[in-house]
Amino acid sequence: MLNKSIIAASITAALLSGAANAAVEVNWWHAMGGTNTERVNKIAADFNALQSDFTINAVYKGNYTETMTAAIAAFRAKKQPHIVQVFEVGTATMMAAKGAVYPVEQVMNDSGVTLNKSDYLPAVISYYQTPEGELLSMPFNSSTPVLWYNQDALAKAGVTDAPKTWDEVSSVSKKLVDSGMKCGIAVGWQSWGLIENYSAWNNIELGTKQNGYAGLDTELTFNNKHVTANLQRLADMQKDGSFTYGGRRGESLAMFTNGDCGMWINSSAYYGSIKGQAKFKFAQAMMPYDSTVASGPQNSIIGGATLWTLRGHDKEDYKGVAEFMKYLSSAEVQAWWHQQTGYVPITTSAYKLSQEQGFYQENPGTDTAIKQLSLNTPTANSRGIRFGNFVQIRDIINAEMEMIWNGSKSAETAMNDAVSQGNKLLRKFEKANK
Amino acid sequence: MQKRVHYNSSYLPYLLVAPQIIITLVFFIWPAMQALYQSFLLEDAFGLSSEFVWFDNFVELYDNPRYLDSFVRTAFFSFAVAGLSMGVALFFAALADRVVKGAQGYRTLLIIPYAVAPVLAGTLWLFLFNPTLGIMTYFLDMVGINWNHKLDSSQAMGLVILAAAWKQISYNFLFFVAAMHSIPKSLIEAAAIDGAGPAHRFRTIIFPLISPTTFFLLVVNIIYAFFDTFGIIHAVTAGGPGNSTEILVYKVFNDGFVGLDLGGSAAQSVILMFIVIGLTVVQFKYIERKVEY
Repeated sequence: MLNKSIIAASITAALLSGAANAAVEVNWWHAMGGTNTERVNKIAADFNALQSDFTINAVYKGNYTETMTAAIAAFRAKKQPHIVQVFEVGTATMMAAKGAVYPVEQVMNDSGVTLNKSDYLPAVISYYQTPEGELLSMPFNSSTPVLWYNQDALAKAGVTDAPKTWDEVSSVSKKLVDSGMKCGIAVGWQSWGLIENYSAWNNIELGTKQNGYAGLDTELTFNNKHVTANLQRLADMQKDGSFTYGGRRGESLAMFTNGDCGMWINSSAYYGSIKGQAKFKFAQAMMPYDSTVASGPQNSIIGGATLWTLRGHDKEDYKGVAEFMKYLSSAEVQAWWHQQTGYVPITTSAYKLSQEQGFYQENPGTDTAIKQLSLNTPTANSRGIRFGNFVQIRDIINAEMEMIWNGSKSAETAMNDAVSQGNKLLRKFEKANK
Repeated sequence: MQKRVHYNSSYLPYLLVAPQIIITLVFFIWPAMQALYQSFLLEDAFGLSSEFVWFDNFVELYDNPRYLDSFVRTAFFSFAVAGLSMGVALFFAALADRVVKGAQGYRTLLIIPYAVAPVLAGTLWLFLFNPTLGIMTYFLDMVGINWNHKLDSSQAMGLVILAAAWKQISYNFLFFVAAMHSIPKSLIEAAAIDGAGPAHRFRTIIFPLISPTTFFLLVVNIIYAFFDTFGIIHAVTAGGPGNSTEILVYKVFNDGFVGLDLGGSAAQSVILMFIVIGLTVVQFKYIERKVEY
C-alpha cells in the first residue's frame, strides 16, 4: 500500500513537473531523523503531488535543539524557513517571540482555510494555545510517556497485571529482580516522565501561575514532598537493581529491549523501535500514579513537537503554509502517521479512523497514549507547562536527578537546588521578554 | 653588515601584509568584538528586543556556583589531559627514537589518531566503554569493576580525559620526535662512551635539551584541552552526569546554543578569550625566555 502510493505520488509529481516551476516554494525544517525522515518526505511529496500551486521542501536539520537553534539563527539573518518544527519545551521561547511567530490560527484565517479546532484533542492543543484560546502552532508529532513492559518477564516473575501505582511498581520491580532480571524498571527522558508528567498525572502543580500559563512571573514548585518522596523511593530501589538509571534521553531503550529491565517508562513513540528490537512479548500500559497523592490518574501531558510558522515571507507563501497545515492534520495523514510511528493522532477524526481501520485490534495497547491524554478534562496542573528557558531548566533538573541517582544528594536537596536554579532562569527570561 | 631590507615604495609592505590583516580582522577581531558587545546585552533568542545591561552577565556568572565549579573542573581536566598525553607521547618518542628498523612505519602508525576528528574520537571511546554494550565494560565487569560513566562522575571524567589525551598523543609525539632528532648525535654518543645508560642519558641529556619543546607543548595542550575537546565531551557525556564533565567551553555551547542565552554565553566566551590571551602572553614573554638550553 505504501509502495503504491509512493509510486503514484512520483508519477503524479513527474506529470506535474512542468507546472511545478511556477509553484510557490514553502520550506519546512524538521527534526525527524531515521525512518521518520522518509515518512516526513512522503507527507511532503504526497502534498506536492496533490496540487500544483505550492511545493513543500522538507529539510532535516538535526535534532530538536539543533533545528530550533538553526531556525532562530536563520531568522536573525533573515533567511528563516516558513515552517519549523519545535519541541514542546521550546514553546515558551517561541510564544514570547511575538514579532517572529505567525500564529497558525491566524495564518489559516488570513488565507481563508478552515481550522476545525473542536476536532483536536484537548490535551494536545491546550499545550499550544494562548490563554485566550488561539492556536499558536500546529501539533504534528505528539506523544506521552507510557509504561512499557516485558510480558514474558512479568509472567516469569509471577505477575499477571502491569502495575497501576508507584507502590505496585516498586513491588513488581522487586519481583522481577528476584526472578533473575538484572533490573526492574528504567526511565527515559526522566524530567518529562518523573517530574513533569508525574505532576500532571497526579494533578499537582509544577509551578505557580498555572504552570506558567498565566504569566511570566511563575515560580517552580516541584520540590514538593510528593515528587521528592517518589524520587527518593526510586533512588532507594537502586540498591537491589529494582531501578536502574540509563541516561538522560532515550538511551535506556537498549536496557529494555535487550531484556535487562522488565519495565520502562518512556514515550509511546518508541513503539516502532521496540517492535523492531525486542525479542520478547511486550505491551504498554498507563503510567503508574501515586496512590499517596491522588485517588486516580488525571491526564498526562504531551511531548514531541509542533510546527511553527515564521513571519517575513510573502502573503502568497502563507497560503501554501495554510493549505499544507490543513492537509497535514487531515484524518488520513494523521491516522497513517500515528500508526506508523506511535505518535498520537492529533484529532478525534484520525483516532476514529484508526479505530475503523482496526489498528487497535491488531495492535492491542497502541491506544494507551491517547487514552492517557484524554482520560479527564485537563486541569490547570495537567494542561501542560509553559516555562521560559525550559531547555536549560530541564538540563538543570537532569543534572540534579543524576546527583540523586549517584547518591551525592538526597532527593529533597536536589529538587530544592533545581528549583532555586530554575527560578533564576525564569526571572532572567521574564526580564528579557517583558 | 646591515640586514634590514629597504623598500623604495611606502605602500608595498602594507600591501604585502594586507591579506593577513584582512583575514585576522574578518575572522578573529570582528567576531571577538561581536562577542564582546553581545556580552553586555540581555536579549531574547530571536533578537527582537535587547537591552544594554553593562556587566550584569558577568556579575551573574560570578554569582553562579555552577560556573565557578566549571572553572576548577576545566583546570583539572586541562592539566590531566596535558599531563597524560604528553607523558605517553614522550615515552613513545623516546622508544621510537631508539628504533632503527622500520622507524618510519611506527611513526606513521602513531600519528594516525591525530587525523581523527574529536567527535569521532569521542564516539570510538564511547562505544568501547558503553555501560550496556561496550567491550571494555564487559572486561572490567570480569575483574569486578562496575563501569557506568553515565552515573559515576569520576569514571565519566576519566573517560573524557582518556579520549581527549589519546587524540593529542600523536601531535605531541611528532614534536618530541622532531626535538629529539635535533639533538646532536655526538652528545649522546659521548655520554654513552662515558658509560651512561639509556635511562641516564634520557634524564640528563635528552630531557633538558627538549625542554623548550615541552613547554611549548604544555601551552598548546592546555589550549587544546580548553577548546578543542568540545566534540569529545559532546559525544561522550554531554557534560554529565550531574555537571561533572561540563568544562567552560561546553558551558558556552550549552548556554548559548541549547539554552539560547546569548548574553550569558558571550560573557563566558569573553572570559575564555582573556584566558587564551593570558596563556599566550605567558608563553611568549615568560616561558620562552626562562627555558635555557
